Amino acid sequence: MLDDFMTRATLAGIGVAIAAAPLGCFVVWRRMAYFGDATAHAAILGVALSLAFQMSVFLGALVVALIMALAVTLLSGRGYAMDTLLGVMAHSSLAFGLVAVSFLSGIRIDLMAYLFGDILSVSRTDLVVIWGGAALVVALIVWRWSQLLTATLNEELAYATGFDPKREQLILTLSLAVTVAVAIKVVGVLLIAAMLIIPAAAARSLARSPETMALIAAAIGAFSAVAGLRSAYVFDTPAGPSIVCVAAVLFAGFSLTGWRSRSGV
Amino acid sequence: MTLITVEKLSVRYGANTVLQNVDMAIEAGEIVTIVGPNGSGKTSLLRAIIGATNPSAGHVSRKPGLKIGYVPQKLHVDPTLPISVARFMRLTHRVSKDDCAAALAAAGVPDLLKRQMSQLSGGQFQRVLLARALINRPDILLLDEATQGLDQRGSASFYQQIEAVRQETGCAILMISHELHVVMSASDRVICLNGHVCCEGSPAVVASAPEYRALFGTGTGGALALYRHEHDHNHDHSHEAAE
Repeated sequence: MLDDFMTRATLAGIGVAIAAAPLGCFVVWRRMAYFGDATAHAAILGVALSLAFQMSVFLGALVVALIMALAVTLLSGRGYAMDTLLGVMAHSSLAFGLVAVSFLSGIRIDLMAYLFGDILSVSRTDLVVIWGGAALVVALIVWRWSQLLTATLNEELAYATGFDPKREQLILTLSLAVTVAVAIKVVGVLLIAAMLIIPAAAARSLARSPETMALIAAAIGAFSAVAGLRSAYVFDTPAGPSIVCVAAVLFAGFSLTGWRSRSGV
Repeated sequence: MTLITVEKLSVRYGANTVLQNVDMAIEAGEIVTIVGPNGSGKTSLLRAIIGATNPSAGHVSRKPGLKIGYVPQKLHVDPTLPISVARFMRLTHRVSKDDCAAALAAAGVPDLLKRQMSQLSGGQFQRVLLARALINRPDILLLDEATQGLDQRGSASFYQQIEAVRQETGCAILMISHELHVVMSASDRVICLNGHVCCEGSPAVVASAPEYRALFGTGTGGALALYRHEHDHNHDHSHEAAE
């Protein structure tokens, strides 16, 4: 069954969607959307480095994404507003990454494959990495769910309950880096943030509790992966962007109906 | 029995010292209010007590196994986060539906269980925060300007609820407040803070302390009028005489 490239692509897409959904909910609730972007853009530098040193792309992207996420966490609240800091870090790491890639003479790199993903070339090994990473992220978030939620609502409440909200922030940061690293192959660095945010945002108008929002987001993400791949096959469009397009259309549809029912039209 | 002891506490942010040499203690069952002008370190003191701020000197000790109920100054529920009152009540502790309903009733807001947090009015929201803090049967309740944003009637009835909670459960209460007039009448003890403890004692003692008057002046008439008339102080009021 795994011999078919479409099957492998579909499984890879679903794996990323399942990891991205609960994490994406926290990204949306904590208004960290740009944080996801910055971490993802930094990953292109990781790709360049891993190609230069002939490491696994997954590992290189993971390390650089992690360094980026930790740097932003440490630097925040030291003179620059968060969005300024992220804007500087995200785009400069993307630029450094692109410049670094150009130095890699001798290796022909299909940059597009890393910017927009190359889901149709997912191998069995890639599948293991993607599902392993997804399982790790989901396990972390399920384990810390209640603490993450409390820390998201109010830091002092977390302290008064007896745990450190900074540690919970670190768990989210770590999960984000892992998700970015496994999603590069599927949607590429430019669209990872979309996989985080769009399914979660689309789930908002349907959900009445944080838990259902995460589950609905996972369902929307998984459906987008399947439907996006299918339409990419039928219309011969790029796979990663097609997945994001499906998610965006779902977002528009659900938000519109949600808005209509709330305003009583 | 002493629940929380603060000894020689100093808190510094960078080069800026916000608290210096603060000593205080909270006994079981008492209502203590911290008053002080903006920037006097009230919130820093509370943050140090719950462990959110590391002291630069001194320390805070809690009775072993002390259960703290915390009511934050304001809690922002992002519009993108769907959460019902019932779910919010179970945020930090596993409790039954009946206990949730009982805690809400005790806080004066029954029948809100199924509402979304984002739909509550300011007064309802603060009472839900109070109910959540009480659900674990805390030994001490900490309130950080819990009535901010409520109108005078709303905050007066909120403080009445606090008093009722103490009567029923016997839990101690430590609160920060700006609303001197309400607070002074609801407290057993008042601590006046301005980077250090200026003065402390019963509301009447603090209200007449020169340190307190130097901070709040006599313009806060309501607070002082509750306890005494203003004929016996000797501040410089020549500008008033000229009027």
